[in-house]
Amino acid sequence: MSVFEQVAFGVLLLCSLLCLHRIGRGPSAPDRTVAIDILGTLVVGFCCIMALWTRQDYYINIAIAWALISFVGTLALAKYLEGRKYDA
Amino acid sequence: MLETIALMIIGVGLAFDLFGCIGLVRLPDVYNRAQAATKCVTLGTCMILAGVALAALGWGGWSLAVKAVLCAAFVLLTSPVAAHAICRGAYLSRVPLWEGSVEDAFADRARDLRAAWRSDPHSQSPPIGQPKGRDAGT
Repeated sequence: MSVFEQVAFGVLLLCSLLCLHRIGRGPSAPDRTVAIDILGTLVVGFCCIMALWTRQDYYINIAIAWALISFVGTLALAKYLEGRKYDA
Repeated sequence: MLETIALMIIGVGLAFDLFGCIGLVRLPDVYNRAQAATKCVTLGTCMILAGVALAALGWGGWSLAVKAVLCAAFVLLTSPVAAHAICRGAYLSRVPLWEGSVEDAFADRARDLRAAWRSDPHSQSPPIGQPKGRDAGT
């Protein structure tokens, strides 16, 4: 692993810790939802740096799948936050 | 040469990611935090993906480059939609605005939505009417 990848992983790890700080401390549920969404986008960045380091294709496949699942999960949480009853 | 440009693009994207996460921690309410973090982290991640695509072109990984561009387009389309949905849900669940806010453009629409849902909880959203308040005369 070269110096560039080490620095990139360090910066992304610092970003993830800031997101975890907001998830733990956020005063309301939408704060935590926003932070979880941002954390999902950061994981896509982690997968990109892994692909750059190892020169393997499948990390980008993981990134695409992760972005898809994160989007659907965030939309579900956002509809839950509106507070309407959908199942009755 | 191509790899140097790619690493520079990735470095700028990492800086955007870091500033967005600092905004996520430092700004005063949900709406400010959501807009700062979403814009910065979306652009940062797309720049990381574009840099990886360029670097992959440099070593001949065509499939990796194409998939990275596809993933960048997907993130660019979905991340703002998700943030918009979260902020709408936050407003409708009565998360207060920061006390220094000067504009509340969603207040009339949120009142209409709440009135419609109170009369019929399963109704569709009412149509968007004429603007009231500040934009009424224009």
